[in-house]
Amino acid sequence: MAEFTLPKNSRLIEGKAWPKPTGAKKLTEFKVYRWSPDDTENPRTDTYYVDRDDCGPMVLDALIWIKNKVDPTLTFRRSCREGICGSCAMNMDGKNGLACTTGIDECGAKGKVAIYPLPHMPVVKDLVPDLTRFYAQHASIEPWLKTTTPAPEKEWRQAKDDREKLDGLYECILCACCSTSCPSYWWNGDRYLGPAALLQAYRWLIDSRDEATGERLDDLEDPFRLYRCHTIMNCANACPKGLNPAKAIAEVKKMMVARQV
Amino acid sequence: MAEVKPAARPLSPHLQIYRWSWTMAMSIAHRVTGTGLYLGTVLIAAWLVAAASGPAAFDMAQGIAGSFLGRVVLFLYSFSLIHHMVGGLRHFVWDMGKGYEPETRMNMAKFSLVASVSLTVLIWIVALVLR
Repeated sequence: MAEFTLPKNSRLIEGKAWPKPTGAKKLTEFKVYRWSPDDTENPRTDTYYVDRDDCGPMVLDALIWIKNKVDPTLTFRRSCREGICGSCAMNMDGKNGLACTTGIDECGAKGKVAIYPLPHMPVVKDLVPDLTRFYAQHASIEPWLKTTTPAPEKEWRQAKDDREKLDGLYECILCACCSTSCPSYWWNGDRYLGPAALLQAYRWLIDSRDEATGERLDDLEDPFRLYRCHTIMNCANACPKGLNPAKAIAEVKKMMVARQV
Repeated sequence: MAEVKPAARPLSPHLQIYRWSWTMAMSIAHRVTGTGLYLGTVLIAAWLVAAASGPAAFDMAQGIAGSFLGRVVLFLYSFSLIHHMVGGLRHFVWDMGKGYEPETRMNMAKFSLVASVSLTVLIWIVALVLR
């Protein structure tokens, strides 16, 4: 059920403001969500000031700058720093995205950036959410080629036109920006698969080589798993790869109807 | 050494921090106006019951509906009806798998607000003129 407020242990308290770097000409204020499992305190927002002349242009650059120069305890995931690993997904200025591909100056009000972990997720520490359920949902749609005909000697062949149907789907990096931006997923994430898993479900449903389309649709035919999508469109607005999970979900719904008529 | 139990994981903020977009706002507006229709239908039923009960009851119902507060409620009810209808048309387009492009979806959301407000106002102007 929809629970609009945060549980008691999750309510934010005012954190500490870290000192401004000395001699900096251009400063940007970062308000960052902090929570540690090592004490019993509630989450808080700490304020940091980043010297922009000493720091790269992206939000991830600023986080690394803070970790290196101000507060080594600040915890976040990052790896590739070029938008392909999906590790640094977080909420910046109220919108989900990858810290490595989001410019500091892109973030809303000038001179101030608010950073939170991906919304409505259990927090492991600071900006690191627990993605266990998210991955389990992806696994539940069985994201692999399923066939019944004997395997060909070389490879499963696919016409050019059919291969093109996978464009805009296979590029998903499973960063969870879309699913955690979705209010429907916030309220029913335990039963609704969410945009990321459903985009992947569609990726296998329209793969011309896959022979389990019927069973795949049977698995999704459920008031919650698929039909909790209410086209709020936050998923498509958030996707850092410019994909459109909302449209993929609509296509799955169309396939459901098409097989009944 | 005593075993240290890790603190229960907090839930990260969601509605409190997520930036509103047109599609998000019009989605929740669709929900709210849908609920408004339930309540409004109860009022319509009450009005019909009054009409069926005789002139005295009908006069009272008309009096309430014609009062300032009654008109405010009627205005909100008609807005709910129109907004929900326009939103329904928007969903109809989306159900056909169309209108998902970034610009289109935002414009459709904006349009549904503009269209529903203007249609509601238009209906009231016509109703008040014809009265």
